[in-house]
Amino acid sequence: MADDIYILGIKMTKFGKHPDKDTVDLASEAAMAALADGGVTMKDMGVLAAGCLMGGGGIGQQIQKQIGQTGIPVFNVSNACATGATALRTAIMAIKAGECDMGLAVGVEKLAGAGLLGAGGRAKSDKKEWTPSGRYGAVTGTDGRIGTDAMPGTFAQVGMEYGHKYGGASFELFAKISEKNHAHSTLNPLAAYTKRMTLEEIMNDVMIAYPNTRSMCSANCDGAAAAVVVSGSKLKTMSLEQQRRAIKVSASVLTSDPWQEACQVLPDVNTLTKVAAKQAYEQAGVGPEDLDLVELHDCFATAELVHYDNLGLCEEGGAVDFFNSGATWRDGRTPVNVSGGLESKGHPIAATGIANIWEVCHHLRGEAGDRQIEGAKVGLAHVIGLGSACGIHILEKSALG
Amino acid sequence: MTAQIPLVDYLVLGDAPHLQANECTSCGARYFDRRNACAGCFGTEFRKVDVPTEGEVRAFTIVTFAAPGVPVPFVAAVVDCNGTSVRGNLINVDPDPEHVSLGMKVRLATYSLGLDDNGVEAVGFGFEPA
Ligand SMILES: [Zn+2]
Repeated sequence: MADDIYILGIKMTKFGKHPDKDTVDLASEAAMAALADGGVTMKDMGVLAAGCLMGGGGIGQQIQKQIGQTGIPVFNVSNACATGATALRTAIMAIKAGECDMGLAVGVEKLAGAGLLGAGGRAKSDKKEWTPSGRYGAVTGTDGRIGTDAMPGTFAQVGMEYGHKYGGASFELFAKISEKNHAHSTLNPLAAYTKRMTLEEIMNDVMIAYPNTRSMCSANCDGAAAAVVVSGSKLKTMSLEQQRRAIKVSASVLTSDPWQEACQVLPDVNTLTKVAAKQAYEQAGVGPEDLDLVELHDCFATAELVHYDNLGLCEEGGAVDFFNSGATWRDGRTPVNVSGGLESKGHPIAATGIANIWEVCHHLRGEAGDRQIEGAKVGLAHVIGLGSACGIHILEKSALG
Repeated sequence: MTAQIPLVDYLVLGDAPHLQANECTSCGARYFDRRNACAGCFGTEFRKVDVPTEGEVRAFTIVTFAAPGVPVPFVAAVVDCNGTSVRGNLINVDPDPEHVSLGMKVRLATYSLGLDDNGVEAVGFGFEPA
């Protein structure tokens, strides 16, 4: 049987604007802090997996040059918004395969000031001549003519589709989800935005793609996060303090879209999340009712709603009632995005899939200060990268803690 | 008569404009783009099928902020055309939540995208209230 896997050290940088630092600086800061948090050095690492979606290739080797070149294998990964989770999963797989007993995963992005993601026209030629090209034989750009390519509108439709199927999903409901996350962010000093917003402020903010206003969209910002993972057998040889703070990775799952009717018309973020959740609960031997907190991929307020259902936090079709019951506020039955979520903590793409794990670990270690969820023992972190990739990790407090 | 070209090759122009899908002959999965093999069953044979021109709005968004060069506002939607999901804009309707709703009945409509330097007219499609 494969060995257990633990998070030994983990850190995220402050999310926000870092004009004086490049991606390598931010990644190195997170990586060195994660190593120090675990009480280890680059000399102990057997593998490095790293991602920076918008950067060029080779971020892993660039980081090594700043924090230590030891000749270990480097995997540069790219998996949309699931890039960070994919880096972590890659390091975990190397350990599970028995190739090493410790590894480092890093995700970093610089996005402050970036515009709309996903949208892109094509360059216009000087002479105007309708010429079909591409797999749809399009004679000009289709963004805006045949639906939207941009993320806010894509995820708006994901939420609206859920509302059509089950009812009860109004503009106001989606805005209330955002209100919760912005309220949660006031307790997170590392969040990009920590301002509480009223429902009116959120609903009257600039409309981006109905029903998502600007404050209901994930915040583009800079940031990095890194994690050191270790095998259970190696951890047993380490100090009691390291063992006490280590967090068990009781499930690590990555899925892609199984084919569904319509999944290529509107991305289906539901099926692969449901499949990943089922696998994760089976691997971990826990159910949604055991979760003390959840960090899920609220890239837009409209997305958070559907993932309550996809992750099994509520009954099928019951996400609206579940939210209205107050369950996902930090004092509720299943606190969701107590970090402030992507809408206020921010979404430096490749960092997100490790930063959400840092948030959960922070609570399981009892180190979350003012926003500590008391007595948290089990948590889940979820990301979706459109295209699609879904990463889910279930984390458990050390038995020694 | 002006020569016409469709915005995308799956839009069939003429007296009764409609969309045409590539249907997998083994499992019936439908695709609007060219496929090397079926994503559902890995089959490699496809036939052209006409998609119904009437349907129901299953999801929509009103986009008011888009990439440079993309005119706003516009309504992006997923229309269920009797079991085939189609991506398209809702057109000939005011782009606000009072005039667009989930479940509304719509039908295919075409419009001109203008002439190129050779005098060829490109024709796009959308869905209008039925
Ligand atoms: Zn097929």
